Amino acid sequence: MRVLRGWGRTPASAATVVAPRDTAEVASLVCGPSRGEPGRGPARGLIARGLGRSYGDAAQCAGGVVVTTAALGGIGWSSGGQGLVEVGAGVSLHELMTWSLPRGWFLPVTPGTRSVSVGGAVAADVHGKNHHRDGSFCRHVAALELVAPSGVYEVGPDRDPELFWATAGGMGLTGVVTRVTLQLTPVETDQMVVDTHRLEDLEAVMSAMEAADATHRYSVAWVDCGARGRRLGRGVLTAGEHATSAQLPPGRRSGAPSPPPPPRLRVPAATPVDLLRPSTVRAFNELWYRRAPRRRLGALEPLPSFFHPLDSLADWNLLYGRRGLVQYQFVVPLAEGEVVQRAVKAIAASRLPSVLAVLKRFGPADPGPLSFPREGWTLALDFPVGPPGLPALLDRLDDLVAGAGGRVYLAKDARLDPAHVEAMYPRLGELAAVRHRVDPDGRLQSDLSRRLGLDRVAGLRAPAGRGIRAAAPGQSHG
Amino acid sequence: MDDAFGLPQSMVVLGGTSDIATALVRRLVAARCRTVVLAGRDPEALARAAGTLRREGAAASVVTFDAADVSSAGAVVERCVAQAGGEVDLVVMAVGQLGEPGHEADPARVAEMATVNFTWPAAAMAAVAGRLCAQGHGRLVVLSSVAGVRVRRANYVYGATKAGLDGFALGLADTLRGSGASVQIVRPGFVRTKMTAGRRAAALATGPEQVAAAIVAAMADGRTVVWVPPVLRWAFLVLRHLPAALWRRLPG
Repeated sequence: MRVLRGWGRTPASAATVVAPRDTAEVASLVCGPSRGEPGRGPARGLIARGLGRSYGDAAQCAGGVVVTTAALGGIGWSSGGQGLVEVGAGVSLHELMTWSLPRGWFLPVTPGTRSVSVGGAVAADVHGKNHHRDGSFCRHVAALELVAPSGVYEVGPDRDPELFWATAGGMGLTGVVTRVTLQLTPVETDQMVVDTHRLEDLEAVMSAMEAADATHRYSVAWVDCGARGRRLGRGVLTAGEHATSAQLPPGRRSGAPSPPPPPRLRVPAATPVDLLRPSTVRAFNELWYRRAPRRRLGALEPLPSFFHPLDSLADWNLLYGRRGLVQYQFVVPLAEGEVVQRAVKAIAASRLPSVLAVLKRFGPADPGPLSFPREGWTLALDFPVGPPGLPALLDRLDDLVAGAGGRVYLAKDARLDPAHVEAMYPRLGELAAVRHRVDPDGRLQSDLSRRLGLDRVAGLRAPAGRGIRAAAPGQSHG
Repeated sequence: MDDAFGLPQSMVVLGGTSDIATALVRRLVAARCRTVVLAGRDPEALARAAGTLRREGAAASVVTFDAADVSSAGAVVERCVAQAGGEVDLVVMAVGQLGEPGHEADPARVAEMATVNFTWPAAAMAAVAGRLCAQGHGRLVVLSSVAGVRVRRANYVYGATKAGLDGFALGLADTLRGSGASVQIVRPGFVRTKMTAGRRAAALATGPEQVAAAIVAAMADGRTVVWVPPVLRWAFLVLRHLPAALWRRLPG
């Protein structure tokens, strides 16, 4: 048994961790009748884990088995077409980029860190700064190898699409992804051409982003959630394109794009004191806002610093201290942009420290029933755990988001009220139907699925060992 | 499952009508807790408490037991966990009695106090620990007392049992490290409750709500020992080393 935590370092749980080396080994763990461990009673579920970058409890399975994909490596061209790669689910986006960039290819979609595994990117159907143009990660996946309790499946958008899309953003609840065939994007250089705008309030940020999205492939805005009054939601918008070699200075045009550098610095341990107090966070946000140029067009920026600014500092989550952090990301429909205003207002009014919120406009949703992105505005926030007002603030934001027909991102969640899940993810029933087919005993479970009652909502029957309630002797006076 | 703030979705209270436990349960039900099992001696008081929790939105049920019957501890824990759905995020150990005036001189009462305050809880905690380890998660909150940090003549039977309980819980906490399960030991000073009714409040007295709030706050940061109020930690750093001649003269 090993204790596992999410990237937010919040509640830990222990599980038996195994690292199978190939599909056959994964199948021997996942498939077949559910077995309890000797002397430990009935089995308590199983879930896959990549690099542990889910903020909450999505890749934990208390008392059960956690299958890490760390040993499922391998990168190679697929014969299916140009730029099509076949990668092991345990390969990180960093490794994939390191391999593909010198060959002239980049990730079709990348989240804010390249330290996620390809399997995890599928399970969370991750999105990036180009969502308005290119959708989320699984739109670029041509095929998956998936090991479910009922067998090994080869699926894709055109081959068992129900199982494929249920796996896209399905948080590992349809099985363990072992291999992914992915369509990469051609690039000429390792540089980005970036426009930066500093904007004085949230409305200006949102309208500037709408305009930028029409002309740019990548866009994102950093919003200061500490600023109040007329400066509420002020921020910095960056919009970019891949630089062509003609856009580079003459001396730098030759040669292949270079791979990303490793992290420059590492946080050695959780900080014993609260570094992130309201005062320090306010000062940091102020400094960061002031530092940005008012308007700068066409600046060249290296690809890693544009896409993965935090990756230069390894283990940055430790800066949040021993209590850890909560990340909160929601999306609301485009017509409900006003909800973003109200959310930022509520956060600013709470005076809780929120470091650099990230705002983005999503394009149309992809077909996954549990996939987070849908057309609309999305805001991602980091909060250190500790201030007593935080749980209530986030509950208020949930009400706002659910009321507007929005949802929160499960890969980042560690505290959502289960009462909101069905409203936020109305297509859970489709996932349930698929799970019923490939996992009739309900073996695939995570702390997340238990906490949010995803199995209950989904109408799956209780797996062995958890149905004791009916057999309990009745001393109840209730 | 606990959320990012350590707030549970299901809980079992052993000593379910204790004022501190009641205040704690109501706070947790107002947050994420939807399943509560109250276990205790008095069926009517338990049923009343469960009824209140049901009105507040929790599925509450009760289990009755007598802490004087040491052999029941394991079975009571099993029944409580089963009634919570076969799995539980939080178990609160709130069993205990202060003793009526004159109990120190009655051998039968001293034996009973030792059983109810220490032996039964220790046996039950062993059962709870086994359960939580198998689950790979879960927290045991133990209501200890500063009375056990250094035993005073004014309540030495109670103090001695709490000293035993506190020591047992500390040892268990160390044992459970790395299992996913954890123990949190709460050391309140004088708390105005029905247990202390009629007694003169000591310095730094608190109420059940204050103790419950301190426990909830500590859930997020994984501290093992929670002093209520926090200043007692420093007060006892001194008091623990007071010469015996001075210590025994402290007002009762």
